[in-house]
Amino acid sequence: MKFIEEFRDKVETEIVIERILSLPLKRMRIMEVCGSQTHAIMKYGLEELLPEEIMLVHGPGCPVCVTPPEFIDMAIDLAMRKDFILASYGDMLRVPGSGKDMLKAKADGADIRIIHSPLDAIRIARSERQKNVVLFAIGFETTAPANASAILVAEKEQLKNFFMISCHVLIPPAVEYILSSDNISLDGILAPGHVCSITGYKWCENISGRYKIPVTVTGFEPLDILQGIYRTAEQVVSGRYKTINQYKRAVTREGNPKAQEVIKSVFEISERNWRGLGSIPCSGLNIREDYSRFDAVKVFNPEVKTTNENKNCIAGEILQGVKKPAECILFGKTCSPENPVGAPMVSSEGACAAYFMYKRNKGILHGQ
Amino acid sequence: MCLAIPGRVEKLDEAGKFPRMAEVDSGGIKRSICIDFLPDIKIGEYVLVHVGYALEKINEKEAKEQLESFRKAEDIIAEKLK
Amino acid sequence: MASDEITGISCPVPQVSNEKITLGHGSGGLLTHELITKIFLKEFDNDYLNMSHDGAVFISGTQKLAFTTDTFVVNPLFFPGGNIGDLAVNGTVNDLAMCGAVPMFLSAGFIIEEGFSQEDLKKIVHSMKAAAVNCGVSIITGDTKVVEKGKGDKLFINTSGIGLVQDGIDISPKRIAPGDKIILSGSIADHGIAVLAARENLNFRTEVHSDTAAVHDIINKLLQVCKDVHVLRDPTRGGVAGTLNELARSGQVSIFIDEVRVKVKEEVNSACEILGFDPLYVANEGKFICILPGSEAEEALKVIRSFKYGNDAEIIGDVRAENPGRVILHTRLGTKRVLEMLSGDQLPRIC
Repeated sequence: MKFIEEFRDKVETEIVIERILSLPLKRMRIMEVCGSQTHAIMKYGLEELLPEEIMLVHGPGCPVCVTPPEFIDMAIDLAMRKDFILASYGDMLRVPGSGKDMLKAKADGADIRIIHSPLDAIRIARSERQKNVVLFAIGFETTAPANASAILVAEKEQLKNFFMISCHVLIPPAVEYILSSDNISLDGILAPGHVCSITGYKWCENISGRYKIPVTVTGFEPLDILQGIYRTAEQVVSGRYKTINQYKRAVTREGNPKAQEVIKSVFEISERNWRGLGSIPCSGLNIREDYSRFDAVKVFNPEVKTTNENKNCIAGEILQGVKKPAECILFGKTCSPENPVGAPMVSSEGACAAYFMYKRNKGILHGQ
Repeated sequence: MCLAIPGRVEKLDEAGKFPRMAEVDSGGIKRSICIDFLPDIKIGEYVLVHVGYALEKINEKEAKEQLESFRKAEDIIAEKLK
Repeated sequence: MASDEITGISCPVPQVSNEKITLGHGSGGLLTHELITKIFLKEFDNDYLNMSHDGAVFISGTQKLAFTTDTFVVNPLFFPGGNIGDLAVNGTVNDLAMCGAVPMFLSAGFIIEEGFSQEDLKKIVHSMKAAAVNCGVSIITGDTKVVEKGKGDKLFINTSGIGLVQDGIDISPKRIAPGDKIILSGSIADHGIAVLAARENLNFRTEVHSDTAAVHDIINKLLQVCKDVHVLRDPTRGGVAGTLNELARSGQVSIFIDEVRVKVKEEVNSACEILGFDPLYVANEGKFICILPGSEAEEALKVIRSFKYGNDAEIIGDVRAENPGRVILHTRLGTKRVLEMLSGDQLPRIC
């Protein structure tokens, strides 16, 4: 596939690795913010190619991991009601709420449908007029414009049976939260490329200026990530802290103004509780009053259960890169991909699941 | 929230339609994609697609430069070392 | 278990914590194995089942026979490249071939939902007849049930099969040995993607079609030329990665495969990229894995490639002694990654 294969080329990645190795390296911690970047790092074994001095820290950019359990509970509550259809992206189906996950709810009789686009939920609403179709709208700024657009389409078509649970989370406040915490020390950041396609990267410039930390807007293919690491490491060793755009083929400084406009017209910024991290001000998107008739939470009042997260689950510290999954007493014992306790174990790009698959097999991989 | 796939715009709805859709070919798979966020997109251009929406036009010149930039530098270093 | 320790068997069978059966239990992954071990094998426990192969081989008088069964629940029933009827015949014929048997007879059981189109049923049965003729097997016994509307997803088919195992042939997962090479008969993930793409909700327009086909004739010739084939397996649900994991575990060996040698057709690959799927875990039909002594691999490859459905065969890896139970992928970048068994189905991602 064009614009994918070229960025997975072995020879190209070898050239970048050479460049990294030629730097006067010192120990540094670089956080890749986005879960999809974590996924690529694991899938291609990129850490195996990096020198020991560079330690990658997996950030909180995994919407699956950070969606608060109460939202999953509300989604399941609605899905279990008669004449309701819950439309959800596949990623969320195995994430436990405070009790079960959506797959188990499906086994219990809930009408839950996997969608690949918010327009799929619109299509379902058009063809099943007797039922209430609720789009479980998770995601960062990358997905928010599409989800917002679905509400605009529903309004235009006067779809009376289309609703949304808006559970969007915003990346810049989360990155700030991590950087301003005393717990974490980072030397560089790989900013999420697709979020920046929408938002632009002025927010990265604010961060690199305020926290004196190099930020590289980075893509998702192995070559992108390695180039992003190189650009960041280069700044770290020379004591610079600018924002650099590695992902120029898909990101401009201003981002996509049309997409930003659609987000603003449908959603408003709100506080959001991040699973594992706690409440971060101005880090969520709720549906504006003008479109409140589409707001499933306001219209249907789904039940919000009290969450009793396992006290021993240190998902929060892991999402901030403060602790490694191996430092959690539940890791690999009570908590595994088959029986996840915390959300970072559920998603294949969550730090715990990635660690489980990759790091615990390190002995095998170095021995073979 | 970042799985986005490049694709070539093969067909376009006329301007003014809402939602405005395009046929986008990603490695042989053709899909109907909403291009409301890229009103100026043209047939033959490449877009980045996420959840059935085109988020951004792919800058082909930048893509080419990105591949060449590290190689070029390598050649420069190799030249200097000769 | 500390994170960096290797404890031999990588994934202990997880505790049964669900009371209900979920779709994941049918995926061919860890949940399926959990279900089979904790419920079926526990009750049915016997040497034949404990071989964990595609079928059972037993002696009857002076003959060695293979016996297998499979149930087909595909949705949609008709997809590019075939329909549930083709799968039902080819699938069971292939399972017999994976036991080293020449397929002879099949049974066919039908569970039909009230309201199902008789025209569609005729088409499917016609396909089954054509497939059976093609394979040289006869469907000699069968059964039909009709269930109320809403109680069955249009049509389910079960086929069981009997075949004759020639003298000197001993195919068994237990025979896998360090030093063996692994041949994959062709491209992967075609079937899984074709079926998914045929579902209306995916909004795909593609030429991808299922690779459903009978491979018994390839196997027959292969076994004549290479008498010491150790294992044959068709990587259906769970994909190549799932199948290799099963074999690594039951044979207590490790399996090492080279990503660049595994063929994925361009459109299939694109579909997997779009969905966020790893093609190594997507279902196949009409494909098989052959594991045999390294010295015979080139010869076997020539034989397989001489057939239409084996044209794209490749030696994709080998079997080793260290780290038993593991499957390791040598990636296209020269790094290594352990291919774990998934717990359930792959779910489409947007992250």
